[in-house]
Amino acid sequence: MTDNNRDSTIELLTFQLAGHEYALDIMSVREIRSWTRATPLPHAPTCMRGVINLRGTVLPVLDLGDRLGLSPQVQSERAVIIVVAQGETLTGLLVDAVSDIVALTKDDLQPPPDLANGAATGMVSALTLIDERMVRVLDLAATVTLEKGMAA
Amino acid sequence: MSFETDPMAEIRASFFVECEELLEALQDSLQIMDDGAEDSETINVVFRAVHSIKGGAGAFGLDALVRFAHRFETVLDALRTDRMQADAAAVKVFFQCADHLSDLVRHSRDGGSDPAEQSGALLARLDALLGTEAAPAEDIAEPEIDFQPMGLTLDLAALDDALPADLPPLNALPPLCDLADLPPPEADGLKTYRLHFTPDTKLYETGNEPFLLLRALEELGAAQITCDTTRLPKQQDLIPEHSYLSWTVKLETDAEEAKILSVFDFVEGLCSLDLQPIAVTPDAASASAPRTPKTPTAPPSPSAAPATAKAPTPIKNVVRVDLDRIERLVNLVGELVINQAMLSQSLETANLPPHGDAMNGLEEFQRLTRDIQDSVMMLRAQPVKSLFQRMSRIIREASTAVNKEVRLHTEGDATEVDKTVIERLADPLTHMIRNAVDHGLETPADRIAAGKPAEGQVKLSASHRSGRVIIEVSDDGAGINRPRVLQIAIDKGLIPADAQLSDSEIDNLLFLPGFSTAGSVSDLSGRGVGMDVVRTAIQALGGRITITSVPGSGTCFSISLPLTLAVLDGMVIDTAGETLVVPLNLVVETLTFQAQDVSMIRPGQHVVRVRGAFVPIVDLAAELGYRAPQNSYDGAVALLIAHENGNRAALLIDNILDQRQVVIKGLDDGFSRAAGIAAATILGDGQIALILDPSDIITNAAQPLQKPLRAGALT
Repeated sequence: MTDNNRDSTIELLTFQLAGHEYALDIMSVREIRSWTRATPLPHAPTCMRGVINLRGTVLPVLDLGDRLGLSPQVQSERAVIIVVAQGETLTGLLVDAVSDIVALTKDDLQPPPDLANGAATGMVSALTLIDERMVRVLDLAATVTLEKGMAA
Repeated sequence: MSFETDPMAEIRASFFVECEELLEALQDSLQIMDDGAEDSETINVVFRAVHSIKGGAGAFGLDALVRFAHRFETVLDALRTDRMQADAAAVKVFFQCADHLSDLVRHSRDGGSDPAEQSGALLARLDALLGTEAAPAEDIAEPEIDFQPMGLTLDLAALDDALPADLPPLNALPPLCDLADLPPPEADGLKTYRLHFTPDTKLYETGNEPFLLLRALEELGAAQITCDTTRLPKQQDLIPEHSYLSWTVKLETDAEEAKILSVFDFVEGLCSLDLQPIAVTPDAASASAPRTPKTPTAPPSPSAAPATAKAPTPIKNVVRVDLDRIERLVNLVGELVINQAMLSQSLETANLPPHGDAMNGLEEFQRLTRDIQDSVMMLRAQPVKSLFQRMSRIIREASTAVNKEVRLHTEGDATEVDKTVIERLADPLTHMIRNAVDHGLETPADRIAAGKPAEGQVKLSASHRSGRVIIEVSDDGAGINRPRVLQIAIDKGLIPADAQLSDSEIDNLLFLPGFSTAGSVSDLSGRGVGMDVVRTAIQALGGRITITSVPGSGTCFSISLPLTLAVLDGMVIDTAGETLVVPLNLVVETLTFQAQDVSMIRPGQHVVRVRGAFVPIVDLAAELGYRAPQNSYDGAVALLIAHENGNRAALLIDNILDQRQVVIKGLDDGFSRAAGIAAATILGDGQIALILDPSDIITNAAQPLQKPLRAGALT
């Protein structure tokens, strides 16, 4: 979601979280896996669901709804883990369901209004309309980086 | 591979690798000299090592290194040509010079603090060696002229500068041999032989090379080689496979006949040999010498002299591999092991006939996997020799600092240990060696009074024992003064004054934090860093350390380490529905509680009686926030954990599932690293199990005030 190729289209992966629609740049998505039980990590922040075995490597999984401060949902059958790459590190994001892949131009993205004031501040990098529904585009770096204070 | 890399940088890197090897050879040979077992070849090895370092350093313009190596070399040259003797004092200076040389090499490679300022003092000592021993009667100006930098250095630099950058690495460059490398012709004991050597056709068929044999002869002395081509037929009659050539070698050497013949050991029966001593007048000898320049192809390493009986290192075929590639292989094999475990588990649940093809194949697969794993782990293994050599330097420095004469014996230099283990063992071992010299050994006067030789012995040994590496540091000092150790521990409040301790328990007091037995705090080892740090470092490597001490005859510290860091012997346990792994090296025993053994100290804190001692109970599931603390301990299972500071604790668990080797998977330091968790592993069912750090958990449990509420984690 950098502005290097301003005119080109970007593709977004949209997904559901607590009844809202969110999106991520598809270039950062490595794979989508069905939910498997994660091994919980003691003393971890509540949004950290634990670690799973991703073909022999240890993958931390974040509950994205909890991370964004949304109300907790009953985990459905359609819950999936989106494996995203931020730099060198892979992280799994637990979401309620994936919806679609959409192609947009950068012009379709609007900056979020400057009055948001909650846990999600800084994590939503843009807003856009798809079929008259508002979709929040996440800033991946801000989403997967937990502040030091949270890890206590 | 990549074309961007500076070829000069590569040559430079390979020069430093070469330097490490040369320095190692230098240390080895000096050690032989120190043991009094040297011969002329040993001194040559020392000389050549210093000479080669100087040569390479000149090519890269490392002036400080060249200057020091040159002066060092000058003295060694005097030694080589019998102008001085290598007595104990001289060897000591040589050791210091070798240490300094390696400092200079390291500085040239890595930068950092410049050790060159110490050069002056050492050079003065070198000069003193020459001044007093080589020219006792001469004017003082005479040796100084000796030390003028000679043309050799300049030639080197000029020659090497002229080299195109894509030449082979320095180890392949010809050393700058000159006549000085030959034994001086006027030296005593030289004999001249005439040797006729006629290879049979079979010699060539078996892949032998006369050139190498002749070169080996040249290593023995001045050789004048003529090739007899008279038997060569005309071109049309020539059979290429036939042997037509023969050689006549006039060899002037101090070696004996048997030694000359030993060159041909491997071609016995494949050639005809005729060795005749010939009487020669001094004139003829000196006349022949200048006409026999030594071929400059012999590499300078000691292993290149296969003909000399004393050459200590056999030639090894070695491939240098990037560590990253090995890491990758190790990781892949780790995955293979996990995969195999998963396959085994799923086949076992599939109710297959136990002796069917699938199960037999699986067994074979398991065996192969284990073999591959062992072989791959060996790739990371390195002999402990380099580590031991560093320790011999520590001994020298430490013994000088406290004015004790100490001799280091090493055993099992070739024992191989994981590279990381070697690196992380250096600090604890240094500390232990210093302790042995400072605290372990008595002063020379006390030793003589006790009927021991004034020179103390420190022994460093390494060996493989039942899948682990045992490293022992022992001294022949006074042993642990148990009454004093006990008194100090009581004085410092480390143990109650009326404590009744066994001998070994007293010995183990040394591992308590902040314990120091030296009567006075010395520069050497009394820095407030005690054996507890050593023990923590060893335990971090998955090892154990034990002391045995016999009053009057010495102390022995024994370190037991796993062969590799990538695999851990673990106990797989279950608590509150979670599967966890406890490192086996910390588990002392397993306990099953009886209700009457458990007593409450205060609410939430219980102790259990284990053989008369009260051991605190730590509820693992509660500590990790899996569930609320339990109140009933009847019939509960616990692991008795040896804690760092000698304390023990009973770690309450639900069940012991298995005892097995697990492959360690590191956790990201970022946010998944939690207190009490060391790493993770993948079990046979594909699930991740966390590897515990029991010491961490017990330490945390001992600080209840800092325990935050973990309501969120109790889901």
